[in-house]
Amino acid sequence: MDLHTVPTSWYLILSALLFSLGVIGFLIKRSLITVFMSIELMLNAVNLSFVTFAHEWHAVKGQIFVFFVMMVAAAEAAVGLAIIIAIFRARATLNVDQIDLMKL
Amino acid sequence: MHLVLFLIFAGFCLAGAVNLLLQTHPINSALSLIVVMSSLAVLYLLLGAEFLAIAQIIVYAGAVMVLFTFVVMLLNVGEEEHTHGSYAAKIIGFPAIFTVFAVVTTVVLEAQRRLGGVKLSDGITTTQELSKVLFRDMLLPFELTSVLVLIAILGAVALARKEGHS
Repeated sequence: MDLHTVPTSWYLILSALLFSLGVIGFLIKRSLITVFMSIELMLNAVNLSFVTFAHEWHAVKGQIFVFFVMMVAAAEAAVGLAIIIAIFRARATLNVDQIDLMKL
Repeated sequence: MHLVLFLIFAGFCLAGAVNLLLQTHPINSALSLIVVMSSLAVLYLLLGAEFLAIAQIIVYAGAVMVLFTFVVMLLNVGEEEHTHGSYAAKIIGFPAIFTVFAVVTTVVLEAQRRLGGVKLSDGITTTQELSKVLFRDMLLPFELTSVLVLIAILGAVALARKEGHS
């Protein structure tokens, strides 16, 4: 096996694995903050496949897209954590089972 | 060499992600997420994206995760409570994500022959090349994101402010 080459598909499979772990974390975690962290993990997984394809096709625009995703994710983290603080003030809990006002 | 580096840091990535799921205290999950993001930065570097690798460390592993740990400390979040979890998640969620993962992996393995490989000698996309595209072709989206970030700052301040103090 050639030690100097890694198949592009391995990067993509790693990205898919990280995304799946993010979704599983989203489903099984009960703390609002950890659920939010799982979302960040999914965003990172998608970024990895963007960079991989940008490398594969020598397209700089793929990397630009990752840059935009990072900026939006940073904005999203700021607003999301502010919402978490507001929820904690109103309900005094971070358990997603108890924050079910909009549940059917 | 590249294969070894890839295996080490992909292993760190997966170990961090699994640890994030297994830990019950949010601060431990946050620390594992920092491990994931830092090893992703190394993987970006292996893929020749030097600017993104540094941005990943500064923005994600730095700023975003500091915000997370700060909120965990501010709210004094304790151990996660154990509940039965969502019924819908068990019935639909897990089979769905398993199916998605299986389909993606099958497609990628199917296309493996047409995809190339990644070498360390492939060269890197310099920040100069990146900024030429960013500030020439992508100037409007770039300016729009700066407006978005400004709105996000205002929104975060407005949301986190205590009510009643006008």
